[in-house]
Amino acid sequence: MINVGIVNCGISNLTSVVNAFQKLSINIAVINESKQLDDCSHIVLPGVGSFIKGMENLKMKNLDTSILLNAKKGKPILGICLGMQLLANIGEEFGLTKGLGLINGNIKKINTEEFKLKLPHVGWNNIQIKNENSLWNKIPDLSTFYFIHSYAYYDINKDFIIGECEYGNNIVAAVANENIFGVQFHPEKSQKPGLQLLKNFTELC
Amino acid sequence: MLKNRLIPVLFLKNGFLVRSEKFTIHQNLGNPISQVERYNSWDVDELIYIDISKNDQYDRGREDTMIKNPGSINEIISMVAQKCFVPLTFGGRIRSLDDIRKRLSLGADKITINTKALDNPNFISEAAKEFGSQAIIVSIDVIEEENGEHKVYRDFGKVRTGKNPVDWAKEAENRGAGEIFLNSINRDGTAIGFDLVLIKNVVENVSIPVIACGGAGQNNHFVKVFLDSNPSAVAAGNIFNFKEHSYVLAKKELKKYNLNVR
Repeated sequence: MINVGIVNCGISNLTSVVNAFQKLSINIAVINESKQLDDCSHIVLPGVGSFIKGMENLKMKNLDTSILLNAKKGKPILGICLGMQLLANIGEEFGLTKGLGLINGNIKKINTEEFKLKLPHVGWNNIQIKNENSLWNKIPDLSTFYFIHSYAYYDINKDFIIGECEYGNNIVAAVANENIFGVQFHPEKSQKPGLQLLKNFTELC
Repeated sequence: MLKNRLIPVLFLKNGFLVRSEKFTIHQNLGNPISQVERYNSWDVDELIYIDISKNDQYDRGREDTMIKNPGSINEIISMVAQKCFVPLTFGGRIRSLDDIRKRLSLGADKITINTKALDNPNFISEAAKEFGSQAIIVSIDVIEEENGEHKVYRDFGKVRTGKNPVDWAKEAENRGAGEIFLNSINRDGTAIGFDLVLIKNVVENVSIPVIACGGAGQNNHFVKVFLDSNPSAVAAGNIFNFKEHSYVLAKKELKKYNLNVR
């Protein structure tokens, strides 16, 4: 039975993610306590804001430990925006902060000096699919998704990058390592391709 | 590549959509919830709702549409968020961190502040620290005065602050604003085209995205403003409310000039 647990780490875009899954008629539960995760078939980690606050909030309720345990059990986990960044080893905003370490890499500020680009990277951008993955089912290459962030994934194994987008240089747009997935963009705010991606995620076992 | 954004702006007054002209004339356009389907069918890039009510009185009495009239701004946010899967920005009457928290928890992705930021610029930093810069847009209303100078105004365009819009935009950025929503009061509702000089000046002097608004009347206005002043996004109210298919046609025109839009 599909039961998607949406982790409430005190960060505001929970409602949008809930609305999106409800639109897809998928069974969800908002996770406020770590033991609730045991009853979920899939886990979604949304997030907006700073790396430090994100990790602090997860640790406060032992959600970090619980997520790691469920990851080991092979449950599909999807990090969205900051949620994806928390999958990394280290976040470099305001000093160095340890992340969940589920997909090795470092979170650093996007370099905009070379091309004189604005930050945050805000708006719709095309995804270049880099590695085939069931997360992209029925989503054509170069589909557009909505991004809003100033930091991105760096120093990551190329095999784990399943999607990139161009903003000056290419930046990581989506990652995957077995049952762990992350998307930098907001599928819950990216209309049709976004909703399709969320649907694809729930069809993974 | 990142696309330029075209964003409908919707003004709300006591629960109804209204049309605005030079910030003074407000014509009732009906129930905001019933309009959401239109925006979905246009594949809009984002939606911006500004509450220009001066009080909390919502009229639930006369309900002559299939959909109930909303009883509060919270209801509007909640209902729009359930039907619309693009980024939503809500602004107007935000006076505290709690006001922001409430709107974000109901489904808004970003909020915009204007008066509160002018009253207490430090509020921008507080809000950015609490919710993240990307959720905080600072709105700046500008009048081009008789001598050609641009100045920031407040209180629905009635009170002169004397501030230079470029300086104020820079300060907002330094304090943590994620984006600037730049409004030309002179051009609001006039359909004479955007204030290209104002927009270009602000865009060139901040490193955060600028959303330009005020004056759109024809598709070539959109083309001109992107080509000349290069804002990250352009917003418009009336043109999208009164002309059928206008949003879709505007995008077609932009694509004809090889402008990168969705």
